[in-house]
Amino acid sequence: MSFSVTEPSKGTKWLAGALVIGYACITLVPLLWIIATGFKSPTDSIAYPPVVVFEPTLEGYVNLFTERTRATPDMLEAAGEPQTWYDEIVRERGTVISGPSRYGERFLNSVIIGFGSTFLCMVLGTMAAYAFSRFKVPLKDDLLFFILSTRMMPPIAVAIPIFLMFRNLGLNDTHLGMILLYTAVNLSLSVWLLKGFIDEIPIEYEEAALIDGYTRFQAFYKVVLPQAATGIASTAIFCLIFAWNEYAFAVLLTSGTAQTAPPFIPTIIGTSGKDWPAVAAGATIFLVPVMVFTILLRKHLLRGITFGAVRK
Amino acid sequence: MAEVALTGISKSFGDEVVLDDVTMTIPDGAFVVLLGPTGAGKTTTLRMVSGLDKPDTGTITIGGRDVASYTPAQRDVAMVFQQYSLYPHLTVRQNLEFPLKSPILQTPQAEINQKVSAVAEVLQISHKLDNKATALSGGEMQRVSIGRALVRQPSVYLMDEPLSSLDAKLRSDLRIELKSIQADSGATMLYVTHDQTEAMTMATHVGVLDNGKLVQFGSPREIYEDPISIYAASRLGQPRINVLPSDVFGGAPNKATHIGLRPEQIKQGEGEDSFVQRVEHLGDQTRLHLSFKSHDLITVTDAHTDLKEGDIIQIRPDKPFFFDASGARIS
Repeated sequence: MSFSVTEPSKGTKWLAGALVIGYACITLVPLLWIIATGFKSPTDSIAYPPVVVFEPTLEGYVNLFTERTRATPDMLEAAGEPQTWYDEIVRERGTVISGPSRYGERFLNSVIIGFGSTFLCMVLGTMAAYAFSRFKVPLKDDLLFFILSTRMMPPIAVAIPIFLMFRNLGLNDTHLGMILLYTAVNLSLSVWLLKGFIDEIPIEYEEAALIDGYTRFQAFYKVVLPQAATGIASTAIFCLIFAWNEYAFAVLLTSGTAQTAPPFIPTIIGTSGKDWPAVAAGATIFLVPVMVFTILLRKHLLRGITFGAVRK
Repeated sequence: MAEVALTGISKSFGDEVVLDDVTMTIPDGAFVVLLGPTGAGKTTTLRMVSGLDKPDTGTITIGGRDVASYTPAQRDVAMVFQQYSLYPHLTVRQNLEFPLKSPILQTPQAEINQKVSAVAEVLQISHKLDNKATALSGGEMQRVSIGRALVRQPSVYLMDEPLSSLDAKLRSDLRIELKSIQADSGATMLYVTHDQTEAMTMATHVGVLDNGKLVQFGSPREIYEDPISIYAASRLGQPRINVLPSDVFGGAPNKATHIGLRPEQIKQGEGEDSFVQRVEHLGDQTRLHLSFKSHDLITVTDAHTDLKEGDIIQIRPDKPFFFDASGARIS
């Protein structure tokens, strides 16, 4: 009996395609459900059995971005005709807009802290990984193990010491504090991942650059960094996803100024505990940046295969 | 444009001694070819001069200055790596421009363009300038790698088997080009090769390395005609020198255990009988594989010879080399 590699038949390809599409649909259901819920009315959102076909409304999004107060019919009368489409939506519930909600600020905090810590983590991580990869660092293996060991327990296990430390240093509820914390948590992952990527880049390229008249740092910047782009991109995605989604530290260490979106979103549900569309709207918008970031860096994940210019 | 002097250079990697007390002076403008099998220390010698590796002991001077504290960039050397080491994220043109754009040279763009196209012309890669460095054949990569050294006018060129991946025609073209570029620029050249045609035709000096030791240093003629050992004698000459026990012909001096015969040291038509085992017609010459008293030897004969397998031809040594038990030459 002999085996040979043959082009799969049309039927096989069709079946494979159908399976992949089917699997994708199943995994996408929760995501689609959240997006759909954002456009439902509160009644539809908690209807049982769940409604799949419904009349879409932007009420969830309006509620997400506004603070509202209940108004008596007299007050509604006095306020005159609704000026805008969102005024109209809240009037129907017998309320008036009393001001913007804090979702915008919280979202911005997430962006600053998430991207800030990712950036810092990449800068420190790449340089540390380069040093571990290329230089004779004393106690290299022990140091690397120490860095890895910081990841051996869940970060939240050290929440209380960190809380006390932050309080003494005045870092509670500050952007800087959260950026430092997420950087510290992610650094072990990024050093280890990036060291692997940099180890794969032959040292000959840097040697050529050194001979060609560049300093060690210029060689790193002009020759190593472009080739490590793939590794840096994928590591950055991991770091961003962690910092973006982190909930426990955010609840514990932030309350106002530096509060990120994850601890804020559950509070949107309101005193009546029924405003699921607003929560879903908040979650949907919260998904966007990481998705965009990942899609933007996707080409780097596929590119930069550098085999071939050094003879093995 | 600088004399390079190595004095008492030793280098070990772990327990392995790669260079052992190497001392040589490369005169300004000389073309020095280093010969020796893999592991003899040729590449390490280049890396010492370039500054990529530091010697354990010994000093290196370039143009009279001790370069121990100099970075590779400060030494003003250009190197062609055996593994090419082209920058994979750059195009061929960007690879060639790279050394010219270094903070040390900061060449104006007009001059860069002119130098890059001149070098590309010489190396016959003009049509590939806008290719990615990774989208080239091995021979093309090697030429780009040579080009990256030639765009500069360093005081010393270091080349590690720069022509090894090229086809025969290109190799002989570039041999002449490299030699004339080096001669025109007056740069000192340190060149590693396995190819003895390159050694014989290009070198002003040949250094023979054996297990990290420099065993002989002199002009190619000198190494060929006056080798100090069997090892040095086997580095040059095609076909290789025949080494036989010294007693097969008689007339050997005392202490001699081996006799070394280059083809021209074997006189044909007189002496003792030998059997022709194989005849190789190479065009301009014919090689004879002979069996003499159950020893094999190879010599060269007239291109139009009528000899064929099974024939008998008389041979005798003519001014042969004699070597003692350690392989050293007895004069």
